[in-house]
Amino acid sequence: MACTNCKTRPVKLHEFSFEPRKLHRGYADRSLYVNLSTNEIKVKPIPEEMKKKFIGGRGYGMKYLWDAVTPDTKWNSPENELIIAQGPIGGITQYPGAGKSYVVTISPLTGLPVDSNVGGYFGPLFKFCGFDALEIQGKAEKDVIIFIDGDNHKVTIEEAPADMDTNSHILAETLTEMYADSEEDKRNVSVVSAGVAAEHTRFGILNFSYYDVRRKKCKLKQAGRGGTGTVLRDKKVKAIVVKKSGIKGDLNDPHDLDTIIKLGIKLHKEIHDNDELQCNMRVHGTTQLVDAMNAHDLLPVNNFQYGEHPEAPRLGKESFEKLFDLGKPDGCWYGCTLACAHALANFEIKTGPYKGQKVFTDGPEYETLAGCGSNCGIFDPIALVETNFYCDTYAIDTISFGTTCAFLMECYERGIINKEITGGLELRFGNWEAQMELLHQMARGEGFGVVAGQGIHRLKKLFVEKYGADKDFLEDIGMEMKGLEFSEYISKESLAQQAGYGTANKGPQHDENWLIFMDMIRNQMPTFEDKAEALHYFPLFRTWFSIVGLCKLPWNDIMPADNHLTDEPAKVPEHVDNYVALFTAVTGQPFSKEEMLRQSERVYNFQKVFNLRMGKGTREYDNPPYRAVGPVTVEEYESRRERYDKQLREKAGVDPEGMTVEEKIQALRKYREEQYQGLLDVVYQRRGWTPNAIPTIEKLEELGIAYPEIVEVVKRFL
Amino acid sequence: MKYVAAKPELCTGCQACMEACAKVLFKATDLEKTAIKVAEKADGTYDINVCNQCGECIDICPVEAIHRNKAGTVMIDKDLCVHCYACAGFCPILAMRYHKDVVGPFKCIACGACTRACPTGAIFMQEAE
Repeated sequence: MACTNCKTRPVKLHEFSFEPRKLHRGYADRSLYVNLSTNEIKVKPIPEEMKKKFIGGRGYGMKYLWDAVTPDTKWNSPENELIIAQGPIGGITQYPGAGKSYVVTISPLTGLPVDSNVGGYFGPLFKFCGFDALEIQGKAEKDVIIFIDGDNHKVTIEEAPADMDTNSHILAETLTEMYADSEEDKRNVSVVSAGVAAEHTRFGILNFSYYDVRRKKCKLKQAGRGGTGTVLRDKKVKAIVVKKSGIKGDLNDPHDLDTIIKLGIKLHKEIHDNDELQCNMRVHGTTQLVDAMNAHDLLPVNNFQYGEHPEAPRLGKESFEKLFDLGKPDGCWYGCTLACAHALANFEIKTGPYKGQKVFTDGPEYETLAGCGSNCGIFDPIALVETNFYCDTYAIDTISFGTTCAFLMECYERGIINKEITGGLELRFGNWEAQMELLHQMARGEGFGVVAGQGIHRLKKLFVEKYGADKDFLEDIGMEMKGLEFSEYISKESLAQQAGYGTANKGPQHDENWLIFMDMIRNQMPTFEDKAEALHYFPLFRTWFSIVGLCKLPWNDIMPADNHLTDEPAKVPEHVDNYVALFTAVTGQPFSKEEMLRQSERVYNFQKVFNLRMGKGTREYDNPPYRAVGPVTVEEYESRRERYDKQLREKAGVDPEGMTVEEKIQALRKYREEQYQGLLDVVYQRRGWTPNAIPTIEKLEELGIAYPEIVEVVKRFL
Repeated sequence: MKYVAAKPELCTGCQACMEACAKVLFKATDLEKTAIKVAEKADGTYDINVCNQCGECIDICPVEAIHRNKAGTVMIDKDLCVHCYACAGFCPILAMRYHKDVVGPFKCIACGACTRACPTGAIFMQEAE
């Protein structure tokens, strides 16, 4: 039914005016705080000490969240905050990938602080309203829209019409139409929303919109991991809308715009010249990874059992080159010529409430194709577009959903669960119809969909306690850590990626430590020492993007033509130099590669201590399910027997002759788990942590964050 | 559609074209503020670089700030431009310009001033489809 109240602006419940503030050297030095329980809205100055130590983005998010919560705070406690923060470089229009926002909150899945990065226009437009961060605390009584009007310097809390559609593909269009003054004004509006499934599951996402002036449609980018959309809907926020017109390239008031322009043009030219020969992101986006991962036995198939499948190329770049609506700028912020955010026009929906409708929809990314596709034994690209459409509009994280669905399918195939338990859903590998029904149930808030929407950590417990499942086996095949589902890479043969997943602060997500490509495909870290050093350097280097407001893709999904001739090709040294120069050019502060890592290390260790404060964070939480490390079942072992036998013989010093498969699995497991623990020892030491993964007081002092409340947390573990 | 065509072999490197261009575009004498660039090559001949109005930049612009006017000349709408310089990096002949004192990219507007200033006929206006 069409919304009858969606043509006129909703009723204002509260209004707040703020002083305009122009940015200076990339900063506004203030944040906007909204409390939905008390309706307090205020502008908070950001202290110099906070700016110096936490820089922006994820750093600001973590600091505000730390100050807002206690060790007892749950994701749905009123004091839990949802913070959306940018960073000093965020919003520049010249250098590709500068439109990111960082969302920080206590995760419904992990109970820990989670950070999730997202594109779209909200972050820059909000920043240009004169704020470095948005804090939302408390809970509204009924659904509200928070509207930040940067043109008239007002924040209003408005009552969302009861019949306004919650699903993001509709809501983003409705609100863009409603808050824009004209067609030309739509580019100045961005909507943050979460669809109906965020209300019934723990892995709800946030959709950040941006208006595509050529296609005259809203596109959506997702803060996918950790359930940030679930928190938004728990606070009864229907949407956050920002409006800011007059976007230009100098709104950050940078110290040295000339350098920024020169660096920007240099990278645009590099993308123009090299992208087609390298990743071809401008045509294939991240879908090209399906082909690359499948070719190297790294693509998850049937709940991470296998790494390749003959049908997998159907989900790869050639299929999507034909499906995508190409030829128009596909960057998710101005100036991103890497342009990986491809979409499909006139896509006909086959299931659910929008069945029969033709929609404009964002295309699936690699993680969705691998998670909801190959990992669930589904290889139909058209089907995956629909799964992706519904996940996005319902606000479901395609990674957690895909990995959970894959886990359930394996449990079903092995008889751990059955039709009675699933309410009739035949959750077999390859059954796309069942996958879609599970998703629609999550949206309707009914049936087994709601059970599945609690995530693997809770499903394992349920299956053991209620249905008598073998606990050890579920711990081996349930691909989650700290409560978060694994992203979509087979890490069995990459010790570096195992530890990358294992030690990641928020749980097993690759953004902190995407080492598999350089380890397994480019072979850029052959020795044990190389891996340990990589596990020190890359999490810090990659964290830096999240504190300054940048996307990581233009770092190494495009490279200078002579990158392979450099001393350290894995680091893409020329691009690192670009970033060092960019930071100074925006902020005017002297900067270096060393200071870059130092900034990150501070935030990284702070987040680590935050994990300890919230009850996880010691070494035991860094141990992955064995399937991430090696073959759990006879079938898995037999499928790569030659490889595993060879490793037993050559690496573990065990002669596999005459051994049963079960014995070989145990011998290999012993060897691989020892390797993993050995690597953890070295990594912790390299990071300045104790063997129990605790940052030492000396380390915190060295980083300048040995604040009393931090030391107090750490002391309990030393 | 008219564009500035060149016969580099006739160029003497006098820079009269650049002076004329800077004057028309910015009322300036700074020869960095020109849409046409003449540069001496190692062999003593000259390279003449100026927009050929091919229009590839039109499609790369994220905000539809670049369009072809009725005369066929590719123009930048300064009100719409967000200064991303994607057009500059993606120009096949690198004829989109920037200058630290100029807000946003700029380019040849096919006014012909440079061709009128050229004493040797090394540049001239040419009609193309």
